Amino acid sequence: MSVAATPVENALTSGRLPKLAPWGILVASWVAAAVVFGLLAAAGSTDFSLVAAIFWGTLLYVAAIFVVSLLIEGDRKARDRFVTALVVLAFVVALLPLISLVSTVLANGLARFDLQYFTYSMRNVVGAGGGASHAITGTLLMTIAATVISVPIGLMTSIYLVEYGRGHLARAITFLVDVMTGIPSIVAGLFAYAVFELVFGPGIRLGIGGAIALSVLMIPVVVRSSEELLRLVPNELREASYALGVPKWATIVKVVLPTSVAGLTTGVMLAIARVIGETAPLLIIAGFTQSLNTNLFDGRMQSLPVFVYQSYANPGTDAQAYIDRAWAGALTLILIVMILNLVARLVARFFAPKLGR
Amino acid sequence: MTATTGTQRMRAKQRPGDRIFSSTAVGAGVIILLTLAAVTIFLIVESIPAFTTNPEENPILEGQSFLSYVAPLIFGTLYSSLIALVLATPLAIGIALFISHYAPRKLAQGLGYIIDLLAAVPSVVFGLWGGLVLAPLVQPLYVWLNENLGWIPLFAGQVSATGRTLATASIVLAVMVLPIMTAICREVFLQAPRLHEEAALALGATRWEMIKMAVLPYARGGIVSGMMLGLGRALGETMAVTMVLSASGGVGFAILTASNPSTIPANIALSFPEAYGEGISVLIATGLVLFVVTFAVNAFARYIVSRRKDFSGAN
Repeated sequence: MSVAATPVENALTSGRLPKLAPWGILVASWVAAAVVFGLLAAAGSTDFSLVAAIFWGTLLYVAAIFVVSLLIEGDRKARDRFVTALVVLAFVVALLPLISLVSTVLANGLARFDLQYFTYSMRNVVGAGGGASHAITGTLLMTIAATVISVPIGLMTSIYLVEYGRGHLARAITFLVDVMTGIPSIVAGLFAYAVFELVFGPGIRLGIGGAIALSVLMIPVVVRSSEELLRLVPNELREASYALGVPKWATIVKVVLPTSVAGLTTGVMLAIARVIGETAPLLIIAGFTQSLNTNLFDGRMQSLPVFVYQSYANPGTDAQAYIDRAWAGALTLILIVMILNLVARLVARFFAPKLGR
Repeated sequence: MTATTGTQRMRAKQRPGDRIFSSTAVGAGVIILLTLAAVTIFLIVESIPAFTTNPEENPILEGQSFLSYVAPLIFGTLYSSLIALVLATPLAIGIALFISHYAPRKLAQGLGYIIDLLAAVPSVVFGLWGGLVLAPLVQPLYVWLNENLGWIPLFAGQVSATGRTLATASIVLAVMVLPIMTAICREVFLQAPRLHEEAALALGATRWEMIKMAVLPYARGGIVSGMMLGLGRALGETMAVTMVLSASGGVGFAILTASNPSTIPANIALSFPEAYGEGISVLIATGLVLFVVTFAVNAFARYIVSRRKDFSGAN
């Protein structure tokens, strides 16, 4: 490494690592770590572990790139390279749980991801077999009910904030909606329980209660996303409409909303995706059951997240069958959420109005 | 009459449609205020019996006072969330910097979306993964930490054989709060004045020096509020903790042992299905405590954000 010592030919390119050097050092670090671990494994002290080799190799890389750059490029560049390595590492570390989670859910969930799973309930099922049709039905019913409650309220609130809102009330609502997004989901469940207990007496479990708890969580999400989208609608459109003598309410209904309908759909779908996996509030107020219940206003109602939790927490005689069902439930949930997310993004991309920016 | 008052402002004609529509909109906004008020009021009303009745007859308190029942839970909630925050903050700042200033422009959006996917994963799935996959995976690491760094009180004690410890719960919590923290940090990093950044680069600063001089000082408030929002999420997270942690109650700082303090939401989720009578009131009262704490944390975070917003027009 005598680059720094040789006479400088071009002041602007001197003392720089070649462009591919970081990659070379990375591979070299991995190989070095793998060799060390291989030798350790050959000596019989530990088993060879690729994960450990990559882990220590990566740490070695962070140190190596710093030292190499320090020798060739000086300490300012070295610190820059060091931080770059850390920043990229942070991103990769964040991906690991996601990859691990998705791959294990896929691998374990497919065991019971069959027709029986979607057509059978758990009524009179002990051990293997059975399915989650009752839970899926419950989840769909409660989520739809929550959507029916939250979307009008959320949408009207955002219309108020964008089109009418002035002064203290609007500022208070904006602030409280922000704070409301942070309400712990279990508190929403307790709230719904408290409301229904006052009416129906203690020990009440109702599907509609679950829907109310979910809408407490869903409304702020809907308000935030639709508010953002309504603000994107150009003022020229509103003014043109007023100039033609169209009343304000008709302007909103006929001009503002249609312009942003794609974005609003996206927002609602993302809000649904957010609440469809909620467990804690449903555990509190909707309870759990082994049978199909299609009446929101009568008795306990199972939901998919609670089903997953129940199968995991209280495995029966054949524990593996319960765990398998839990994984299959997790896979179903993730699929629903991912599909909702994907479709929402596609709707936003393909149906968005051309605003001419 | 009309001819003499030429300067009078013409009033828009009041249409019934307008009046109905605007009052519906106001009504919807007021419903949100009422909901928040109702949450507070109902929780207070329902938790009153926990304090008025004799603790001896309470199926959950079993003779202890409410305060001594809830104190270890508050400790567990705060402790696990703080550990999660310590783990997640550097990571979140790193990820946000990567997306805002390091990744190729074309990739940045997609990468941000991948991190957002983490937020879309339901908490119960995180719990399942944490309990069945992560806990056995990190248990050997705990043994190693205990053997080599056992003199630190944090890692002291008898290591749990299942790996379902406070440390694992905190790791899962950290993963779960990453997306929100990253999103906030990313936003404020992107808001940093472009001209300052370019000026720093033009003066010969390296990328890190530019970030240190032009981006981080500007983003400090945003980072703090991101941390607070993450803290709010971690405090209220129920299922992941319930399913990962094998809680035994009590107060202790060791995070690798089998005796872990429980958290308020996990305790509610575990005890509620079997609770009856005044026991329910006790649980609702703990929920009220949680609500107040998270409300304060979130309000503080939002206050910082909104304060920053006022003078962030520089771009």
